[in-house]
Amino acid sequence: MLMTLDYRTDTVRSIRAGLSVIIYPMQYLVDLPGNFISWTRDTFVTHYTLQEENTTLRTQNQILKAQLQKFTFIEAENVHLRELLQSSKRVGERMLVAELLSVDLDPFRRQVVINKGSLNNNLYVNQPLLDANGVMGKIVHIYPFTSTAILITDPDHTLPVQVARNGLRTIAVGTGSDNQLKLLYLPNNADIRVGDKLITSGLGCVFPAGYPVGRVTTVNTNPRLPFAQVLAKPAAKLDRSREVLLVWPSHASQAKMQTPCSRTQKTAP
Amino acid sequence: MSIHERRRGSWIITFSFIVAILLSILPLPPGLHAFMPSWLLLTTIYWSMALPHRIGIGVAWGLGLLLDVLYDTLLGQHALVMALVIFLTLHLHQRIRVVPLWQQAITIYVLCLIYMLIIFWIKGLQGVAPDFWMALISPLISALIWPAVFVFMRNLRRYYQVN
Repeated sequence: MLMTLDYRTDTVRSIRAGLSVIIYPMQYLVDLPGNFISWTRDTFVTHYTLQEENTTLRTQNQILKAQLQKFTFIEAENVHLRELLQSSKRVGERMLVAELLSVDLDPFRRQVVINKGSLNNNLYVNQPLLDANGVMGKIVHIYPFTSTAILITDPDHTLPVQVARNGLRTIAVGTGSDNQLKLLYLPNNADIRVGDKLITSGLGCVFPAGYPVGRVTTVNTNPRLPFAQVLAKPAAKLDRSREVLLVWPSHASQAKMQTPCSRTQKTAP
Repeated sequence: MSIHERRRGSWIITFSFIVAILLSILPLPPGLHAFMPSWLLLTTIYWSMALPHRIGIGVAWGLGLLLDVLYDTLLGQHALVMALVIFLTLHLHQRIRVVPLWQQAITIYVLCLIYMLIIFWIKGLQGVAPDFWMALISPLISALIWPAVFVFMRNLRRYYQVN
């Protein structure tokens, strides 16, 4: 009965949130060794290493800044063109850095706990989670001190993607094993090759469009089957990243704008 | 027996449950998840066998609920299954307690298997069923470590005279 309630409605969310407060000290305790290790790694580092790292970062920063100059110009141009076409503007996205707690959840799902909760951040359910390399997943439950997120490799997670090369749209489903995504409903003669880059298409109105998702690893066409079997490898380091980025896409913060996403967001539960 | 004596050692029971919970969310390399024994279930089975008048279905249900929040699964799925398995344990406890450890381990295997299969069944209803053969591994590990858990917990119970 409780299970049905939880599966179908939101009524037991407060019970969950209450229990999560009891759970939090234990999660914190389990997280401590990992935390301690990274703290020692940060503390006992030689002057030379730091200096070297600093130089690399500075160079990288320069390059990124240079690229950004071009990017701002292109963005302005894009906005201008979109105005000419009278379609909706794409506004910038807000981001927040969160850290993963190193605790294990259900062994048969792919989920993570992050250290940001509803207490001092206005997170929302279905909020996208990224790392430096690509899309990681989205938030499913928000508690006072922590939140849990589902990774894109979870068997219950589907993600609308498109091939960056030719805009071919498909759906990426998690397989439950690490570092593997399955692309659904691609006909045998679809124009997709090994090494193709996948980006989010923004169609599901959950993920903003254009973030890297992964790279196609195998394409298996079997004439006996209705669809091709295509596997991809996620771009994000799902099992290694400790710092993640939470994104507030523009369509969620600016619901008044008449984009298709703002309408679906209002009707969706 | 006074009331004060009867309630002895509550903190050691609580402590063992907390340790079991910590063990069950311990981060592991990705491939090893399926080999993790059900620590909390083993601990609860031990206490309900040793002290059936104190640790019963209610406690098991509450612990299962905590596990649900911890694992972020459907609220109540672990609670239901824990309560069911502890009901069986309470039903059988006088028969399990007297047999040698390896025979106890067989019973534990069956109990953990029931636990896992029902969990898998509920997952299947939600449409996220994992590979079926995975259900057989964790109970096996649980049964293999049961003698060690049992001896350790018995010494703990005798040392602190929990009754």
